[in-house]
Amino acid sequence: MDLALAAAAFGVPVSLLFLDSGVMQLLKGQESALIKQKSLTANLKALPIFGVEDLFVCQHSLSERGLQSNQLLLPAKPVEGAEIAALLEQYDQVVTL
Amino acid sequence: MFESRLNVMKFAIALLAGPQDPAARSALSFAQAALDGGHQISRLFFYRDAVHLASDLAVQPQDESDIAREWREFISSNELDAVVCIAAALRRGVLNEAEASRWERPVANSGQPWVLSGLGQWVDAMQSADRAVTFGS
Repeated sequence: MDLALAAAAFGVPVSLLFLDSGVMQLLKGQESALIKQKSLTANLKALPIFGVEDLFVCQHSLSERGLQSNQLLLPAKPVEGAEIAALLEQYDQVVTL
Repeated sequence: MFESRLNVMKFAIALLAGPQDPAARSALSFAQAALDGGHQISRLFFYRDAVHLASDLAVQPQDESDIAREWREFISSNELDAVVCIAAALRRGVLNEAEASRWERPVANSGQPWVLSGLGQWVDAMQSADRAVTFGS
């Protein structure tokens, strides 16, 4: 997330793909303060403001965790399998964090 | 005469793993091999636990290799641009003189050849390099 925002601030076009347990970051209604953690909600909501509008989420990762796309905080497009491979092909750099 | 010159590439290398992780060694070996092969390293970027490499205080047992010292010597001798993520460094207690002073901490444990700076330096390095390679997770 920090890297996406830094890249956006540098005027570099950025997309984000949430996969594996990373999809949990998108889940609505998290009460992070209860476990003394910083909430990522504000950062997530800042993404479109910084021009990071292409958000994708791995459908398989969602399903594995019993989640549906309507439970997500931001409108991330569900993608899976070959779609993900095709998606990654479109970018000059892919960074996994 | 130097045909291999035609294939010289500029590498940006990021390391995310800490000194104890084998990735810290792999990244150094890769960086050395890149230079040995006549390539260039436009920037090294140290993020997450890799920032511990920039601490001057860690002491290794005599019969074990000192990966932080090896990185330091490699960077110095090749005059490389070695950027340490400042946010990751501060939260792990890796501070140079300026940051120790700014945050009123009693000691600084990092300095040359390391440079504390922001993630934007990684973005910039990835944009300008022919290849961006990341080690560790």
